[in-house]
Amino acid sequence: MMKMRKALSAMLVAAMTMSLMAGCGSGSSDTGSSSGTSSAKEESSDEAVFKIGGIGPVTGGAAVYGEAVKNGSELAVKEINEAGGINGVQIEMDYQDDEHDAEKAVNAYNSLKDWGMHALLGTVTSAPCVAVGEVSKDDNIFMLTPSGTAVECVQYDNAFRVCFSDPMQGLESAKYIGEKGLAKKVAAIYDSSDVYSTGIYEAFVKEAENQDFEVVAAEAFTAEAKTDFSVQLQKAKDAGAELVFLPFYYTEASLVLKQAAGMDYAPIFFGCDGMDGILAVEGFDVDLANNLMFMSPFTPTSEDEAIQKFVKDYEEAYGSTPNQFAADAYDGIYAIKAAMEEKDITPDMSPSDICDAMKEAMVNITIDGVTAKGLTWEASGEPSKEPMVVKIEDGDYAVVE
Amino acid sequence: MSFISYLINGISLGSVYAIIALGYTMVYGIAKMLNFAHGDVIMIGAYVVMTAIASAGLSPLAAVLLAIVFCTVLGVLIESVAYRPLLNASSSLAVLITAIGVSYLLQNVALLIFGANTKSFSSVVPVPALVLAGGKLTIAGETIATIISCVIIMVVLTLFIKKSKAGQAMLAVSEDKGAAQLMGINVNGTIALTFAIGSALAAVAGVLLCSAYPSLTPYTGAMPGIKAFVAAVFGGIGSIPGALIGGILLGVIEIFGKAYISSQMADAIVFGVLIIVLIVKPTGILGKNIQEKV
Repeated sequence: MMKMRKALSAMLVAAMTMSLMAGCGSGSSDTGSSSGTSSAKEESSDEAVFKIGGIGPVTGGAAVYGEAVKNGSELAVKEINEAGGINGVQIEMDYQDDEHDAEKAVNAYNSLKDWGMHALLGTVTSAPCVAVGEVSKDDNIFMLTPSGTAVECVQYDNAFRVCFSDPMQGLESAKYIGEKGLAKKVAAIYDSSDVYSTGIYEAFVKEAENQDFEVVAAEAFTAEAKTDFSVQLQKAKDAGAELVFLPFYYTEASLVLKQAAGMDYAPIFFGCDGMDGILAVEGFDVDLANNLMFMSPFTPTSEDEAIQKFVKDYEEAYGSTPNQFAADAYDGIYAIKAAMEEKDITPDMSPSDICDAMKEAMVNITIDGVTAKGLTWEASGEPSKEPMVVKIEDGDYAVVE
Repeated sequence: MSFISYLINGISLGSVYAIIALGYTMVYGIAKMLNFAHGDVIMIGAYVVMTAIASAGLSPLAAVLLAIVFCTVLGVLIESVAYRPLLNASSSLAVLITAIGVSYLLQNVALLIFGANTKSFSSVVPVPALVLAGGKLTIAGETIATIISCVIIMVVLTLFIKKSKAGQAMLAVSEDKGAAQLMGINVNGTIALTFAIGSALAAVAGVLLCSAYPSLTPYTGAMPGIKAFVAAVFGGIGSIPGALIGGILLGVIEIFGKAYISSQMADAIVFGVLIIVLIVKPTGILGKNIQEKV
């Protein structure tokens, strides 16, 4: 009996150890992330330069976003430097990998701070962004997130964002579905363990009450069980939902689309900006994404001249079509430039003084960028711009009016 | 109709757990160790299939066979390099910690070779979906293939252990290692064979898992591995029919919990049931309750 007890307790200890490890394992990977990726470092610091830090997932589950932000911001930095820099001062950028992990993002932030960063473009994803916000507030370093959508990303006055917040996306999605009469019965599936997904979902359900459609099924999943969606889809199907709202990232969405096809269920699928990138998943059958709609502030097929130029330059430099994250980052760098010029900021000012000046400047500037014309900011950190919905047709983006 | 659909999905998910749980349970039964790297062998198997199809252009069947061979070799290699030197160590924790180490090693090697980006695994199951009751009930081809594979594996494995000499040797080693050795059984060889079979099954499980849920990352095997371990404990670790019952029950409880109680609480329900089972029957549903003289 003693032996059995021993074995049993060893097993339980093992199970607990493993579940603890699995908790961190999902996000971490222990590869040399600290080495990060750096760019334009060769022009080292003999003369004064503006040091702009970037943080985002270049590897990991959200790598498509981090990669896009890196490319988009590099492109903008390159253009600005070729055109003479900010008030004649060149920009140097250092982009660090956080693997969509809050702890790694804070580490990346600290190494950028040691490097002497003047302003931060980042971070790319919400949870790391909130964590970095907590530390950058204490240091009073200016941060502009291209795509951190959680409300808390800009809760302190040193933080601004280029994209819409989660509640804004939920609200706008519900309005859009209601006003366009896309469906009468709507189901929502969301990740209850993720702030991004929950934030959008809650605002969506709240706004749905004011709209002419009914939320007939609301199903959740968690990070530990994000492979099987058969139950959630079955419930949506049984409830007769004509549209399924999917406010989460493309990795899980690709599984949802596949499983829905497997059970012969073809409602309209409607996502938010996290859906962008689904066409870039390696090995994904793009036919599954046909007629998928999502809210996105940027469409590469737009005929606008500035967008066309951006798309062309981006394709030449990186060999792929830019997504909205690249566009957000591109506009983000130009916003930092505009704000720095507004207040005649120089590199010899301390990061904290720069931050104070930038806070005042951000509410005065207007950007004609690739994500919006006449893009302005409020002191709360929120941008003010028009939403747009994109539909995937034959493996490509098309704007829906 | 949706009840039947939930039940089938539960059995399908449970079948994958059961096939993985077999690996845990066989190794535990014979070597008395928990091979926590088992879940990661699944992931390696899936990557082998994917690479073989995408890069080497093999047919799906050839790719699956290649993955089975690869994982078998890998399993035997892990056993001989990492576990065998420790099997007689004074503390059983040593080999447990080594197993966790091997698990991380496999994850990081996969990370190094394949990168952390999610890859979409295209299904290698040629079975078409089954549409029943005038379109009200659709059963995916992968689901059918998973359940059938699980049944075949169980039958073949049970026959192997009951009828073959090597299977009898396994039984003998699991009963009493020392006595088995005295009777002329090659204990180390038998343990290696167990690892080989367990790892081959892991490759099959990897293919089925990723065909049904086509997303592959270096961490794909971790969570199913833990759930399958739970299934093995649930059914009675060391018992082969126990792994089947434990796996299927776990899958069905998970899906039903999601469907009828709360989709957020699925895992909490599964582990709650496990705790109750272990309180009532500490050796699991089919676990042998052998009284040892102290």
